Amino acid sequence: MAPVVQIKDIHKIYESGEVPVHAVRGVTLDIQRGEFVALMGASGSGKSTLMNMLGCLDRPTRGTYLLDGIDVDKLDRNELADLRNQKLGFVFQGFNLLSRTTALENVELPMLYGRHRKVSMEEIRERAMHCLEIVGLAKRFDHFPNQLSGGQQQRVAIARGLVNQPQVLLADEPTGNLDSKTSVEVMGVFQQLNDQGITIVMVTHELDIAHYCKRNLILRDGVVVRDEPVQNRLIAAVEMEKLKQAEAAAKLTVGAGA
Amino acid sequence: MRFSNTLRVALRALRRNTMRSLLTALGMIIGVAAVITMVSIGNGAKVQVEAQVASLGQNLITVMPGSFSSGGMRGGFGSSVTLTPEDAEAIAAEVSDIDGLSAEVRDRNQVLANGLNWNTNVNGVGPDYPYVRNWPIASGAMFTEQDVKSLAKVAVIGKTVAEQLFPNEDPIGQTIRIRNLPFRIVGLLTTKGFSVFGSDEDDVVLIPYSSHMRRVSRRTSISMIRIQAASPEKIDSVKLNVEDLLTQRRRGREPDFTVRTQEELATAATQANKTMTGLLAGIAGVSLIVGGIGIMNIMLVSVTERTREIGIRLAIGAHGGDVLTQFLIEAILLSSLGGLVGVGVGIGGSQLLSSYNGWPVVVPTTWIFISVAGSAFVGIISGFYPAYKAAQLDPIDALRYE
Repeated sequence: MAPVVQIKDIHKIYESGEVPVHAVRGVTLDIQRGEFVALMGASGSGKSTLMNMLGCLDRPTRGTYLLDGIDVDKLDRNELADLRNQKLGFVFQGFNLLSRTTALENVELPMLYGRHRKVSMEEIRERAMHCLEIVGLAKRFDHFPNQLSGGQQQRVAIARGLVNQPQVLLADEPTGNLDSKTSVEVMGVFQQLNDQGITIVMVTHELDIAHYCKRNLILRDGVVVRDEPVQNRLIAAVEMEKLKQAEAAAKLTVGAGA
Repeated sequence: MRFSNTLRVALRALRRNTMRSLLTALGMIIGVAAVITMVSIGNGAKVQVEAQVASLGQNLITVMPGSFSSGGMRGGFGSSVTLTPEDAEAIAAEVSDIDGLSAEVRDRNQVLANGLNWNTNVNGVGPDYPYVRNWPIASGAMFTEQDVKSLAKVAVIGKTVAEQLFPNEDPIGQTIRIRNLPFRIVGLLTTKGFSVFGSDEDDVVLIPYSSHMRRVSRRTSISMIRIQAASPEKIDSVKLNVEDLLTQRRRGREPDFTVRTQEELATAATQANKTMTGLLAGIAGVSLIVGGIGIMNIMLVSVTERTREIGIRLAIGAHGGDVLTQFLIEAILLSSLGGLVGVGVGIGGSQLLSSYNGWPVVVPTTWIFISVAGSAFVGIISGFYPAYKAAQLDPIDALRYE
């Protein structure tokens, strides 16, 4: 089976400043279906640029990118939008939910833009509800983002990314704004989804978070310097249990002291 | 993307910012309310003038004798003595679409009654006269066709004459003397007030035109014929038919009569009013434009404020066109809903003004449509630029926008 993402020697040069910035300098990469990849690197390493190109938000200056066999370079603005809508799911760093819009309506949003689909409002609602169930937030469907915790907001964002059954789920520092416990919670959701066969690519700069993935890519100065499968992979359920025990112990100690 | 979805998205966006939406619509509400109120006042004034013109009689056509000329001396309109009661009878018999017709002979005479006397207009008319002049009888009755044929000595008097000659009694059944002939009063006209030209219309005695011509003035010609056409649309055809018939009756002689319609009089009267209504509508139109600019401002601010939202929408698959449509729909919804509310406020406001000031106010239905359509149009115009700007945003830049 062909890889879902095929990148061949792509470059990205930003010409906007006085000096052209060569952000990505020749990355070649295949991602198979069902993979769970962490893109790592210091700031300025080009990982966000690579992510934007993977997400079809930006075009490479040079090189080819085949997403599910489609050459992205040949598509116009609207065709790219359709591709993002149907083949990709996005989870942004800052959640990027619409404010003053309920969780359910936020999840419905990508389906409202589905170009080739004639889906009834009932079905849209049903599918959005189903995705909220997957991330465990079905009970809070009518809450507004400001009534939800960071982890819950991120889970709404994940549900939104899932709702059009994408080929690849892209997450840009999904745990960047979260505390460690909530991060483990979100990684748990990702691992569950990956177990169901969904391909996930995420950017992170936290090593321990990267250990929940199956494959780690390290970027430096716009090139991949390391590409290896994860040894000693962390399992979210197990880690969660450890955290809970630690918490309980902490409380116990505090309780004993008091 | 289906249109219903865009509509849903736009409605959600408006609902999310109820306060902002209301404030934006307020500009439109004020604009449209101003249009409706101003035009209603202007229209009310117009209707009032039209009512005054209509008090002369409805759908009126008048036939006057032409000018008399003899040996190089030319008389004015009405100086010719060739219009006869037979002309009137012929018109009544042969021209269709006529509701009423009355020959008229005018004169001024000293009238005596009750030991009092009074100089007044003594007019010979036909039995249709009160109907044609839109001037009902207050008490008693109008004399009949039979009275005209028998040269009866009967009279119907106006209010002023009644007051002068019968200050404290009911004039019906009393006798007045005109040129020493006794006329029995059979009817009293309602008060008509002053004419457009300033004379007292109620200072009049009406007698059968036949009696007038044979017994009082001894004339052979009549002063005018008043004809009421069946409907406003028939006025022109009746006028033409009357002209044809009279020309025919003249058997090739110079036409010695003039046929005029009431519209010619009404035109002049309504002209001034049209100018007034136009002025008011102009002022109101300016306020509509100001409302539109208000919407454009809010929409522009809204695009900047909602850059991130637009970025999210574009990133998850909205086309530029979808964003454009959404913002356009928002602008149009705001302005046309504002327009509708404005119509309500405008109608309410003009009614209030009417009951407070006693001004006649008539809300014109066409202007309701014009202003609602106009406000939707202003919405499109003022919404397009911000919407276009939103649609052109780059998703990455929009997402990064703080």
